[in-house]
Amino acid sequence: MIITGRVWKFGNDINTDLIFPHAAFRVPPEEQIKLVFSDNRPGWAKQVQAGDILVAGRNFGTGSSRPGAVLLKRLGIGCLVANSINGLFFRNCISYGFPSLQCPNVFDAFEEGDIAIIDLLAGSVTNERTGQMLYGSALSESMVDTLKAGGIDELLRDKGYLE
Amino acid sequence: MAINILDGNQQDACRLPMKGEKAMGMTMAEKILAAHAGRELVKPGDILTCKVDWAANHDMFFTVGGQTDFDKVIKIANPDRCIIFLDHAVPAPTTKDAEGGIKARRFAKKHGITKMFDVGDHGVIHQMLAERGFALPGKLIACGDSHTCAAGALNSAARGFGPADMLYTWCTGENWYQVAPTILYELTGALPEMVDGKDLFLYIAGVYGDAINKNVEFGGEGVANLSISQRQSVATMCAEINAEFAIFPCDEKLLDYIRDRAVEEFTPVAPDSDAHYHEIRKIDLSRLVPYVALPHFIPDNCQPVTAVEGMPVQQVLLGSCSNGRLEDLAVAAKILQGKKVASGVRMIVTPASQRVYLDALRAGYLETLVEAGAVVTNATCGACYGGHLGLIGSGERCLSTTTRNFKGRLGTPDSEVMLAAPATVAATALTGKITDPRNVQ
Repeated sequence: MIITGRVWKFGNDINTDLIFPHAAFRVPPEEQIKLVFSDNRPGWAKQVQAGDILVAGRNFGTGSSRPGAVLLKRLGIGCLVANSINGLFFRNCISYGFPSLQCPNVFDAFEEGDIAIIDLLAGSVTNERTGQMLYGSALSESMVDTLKAGGIDELLRDKGYLE
Repeated sequence: MAINILDGNQQDACRLPMKGEKAMGMTMAEKILAAHAGRELVKPGDILTCKVDWAANHDMFFTVGGQTDFDKVIKIANPDRCIIFLDHAVPAPTTKDAEGGIKARRFAKKHGITKMFDVGDHGVIHQMLAERGFALPGKLIACGDSHTCAAGALNSAARGFGPADMLYTWCTGENWYQVAPTILYELTGALPEMVDGKDLFLYIAGVYGDAINKNVEFGGEGVANLSISQRQSVATMCAEINAEFAIFPCDEKLLDYIRDRAVEEFTPVAPDSDAHYHEIRKIDLSRLVPYVALPHFIPDNCQPVTAVEGMPVQQVLLGSCSNGRLEDLAVAAKILQGKKVASGVRMIVTPASQRVYLDALRAGYLETLVEAGAVVTNATCGACYGGHLGLIGSGERCLSTTTRNFKGRLGTPDSEVMLAAPATVAATALTGKITDPRNVQ
């Protein structure tokens, strides 16, 4: 599974309250996505184009169980690549069918606007501008299968647990 | 699923035994995961499918739109193992929350979930899992809230899942886990007067930072000197250092706590004497002091209270799954007995459950706190998650015993949340400025 897209950069310890603000709890899904990063980067959600990629520092997604991954996916983000990802958030990414990869040092390898090429099964991230290629923690085939299916809900539907 | 989320360094630290080398023993987390996966031996990096003992969700699972397809569920694996606790927004502060409550009750009825703790018999989910005897030694618990590691104080392996993983667990009765490397905190000594479990955690977070993709365990003779409530405070807060599991051993104190609560049989786990730890860190409890977490993050961002003394606050908050238990309210009541909360300061007290509320009422703690000028609220996650009952406005600072101090956590983005133990919060309520509780007569 190879993903290519334009890079937006976010720093270390980006928390779930920033990704999925409390204000998004009580509004419809189409309104929720407008609130992503509204506290730390107002207006950003409007600038996102389908297929864009998030490159972040360490500990992305620290915080609560609210699934920021699903908002990023609905917003059109094609993939998250971070130096490290909070364990609960990483589970949310895979379970909601939002591609993500942990890749040490990836933050320093990109400038905003660069094009990233990500191979999830190989665990590699390439900067098209510099040609630099980094290796992170490759996803397993079953994780990629979950991503391709669109997330756990789709797997449950296939198994007859959901309508 | 075969999943590998470990980076190169971690894989090296938890390598397989070489040929002829003795297989290493297991940590507590490894033992509980192995038992629930039907395996003799597991090691860091292993992917396991585990049967879960309890799968619990709170009201936000039903209230927040677009997270799950729970209303499309045809069947769930084991209704007797599913629990619903209403805690975040109860009694409903908005009609949206009221609708969430309706959906939760409808779901429970449709699927035969009888363990539902509704308004009037409620409390914060982590407190309720412990208080009502679900969190027990050796159990594996999945719960749709990040502070689920709280149950590790009771020798359980518990961790938070998002709504999709919780739905999967409810439907199938199991989920996948990857065994993480474990950090051991070996404790000696006993905490000094006015120093609490929360201070132990803030010390750990401040000195050692986070534990991303790792488990945390506690051991050593010092554990016996921590109350169960203090252990719950520490284990709860380990979500803030991103620990996967945070587990305390089982001892007589824990067995005493569990005796009249346990809803079923249980099997305590202890680490093997040759358990392999990623790192062992020793802490002498007797050397600790009161700590404060500075805004807007906890790891690597905590200071002894003496470093920030004198900073003015507009609100103090005592409560949450971390510090809303009887012991916490007792500490505050002792400090505020016969005294008044400083002019210009609002003190909010939120018991962790209805039972804590009632016990504190009977013990006279609530009377003492209200006489001092505090507002006692209903038992709820309330202000802690930024929902209701005690939010702060622009430019305000709150010193809180709650779990999280993210920017805007308790209110507007230009407000500040600092975290501390109940004694520090109570002492600060008296002066209106961050105050070392050891200096309060």
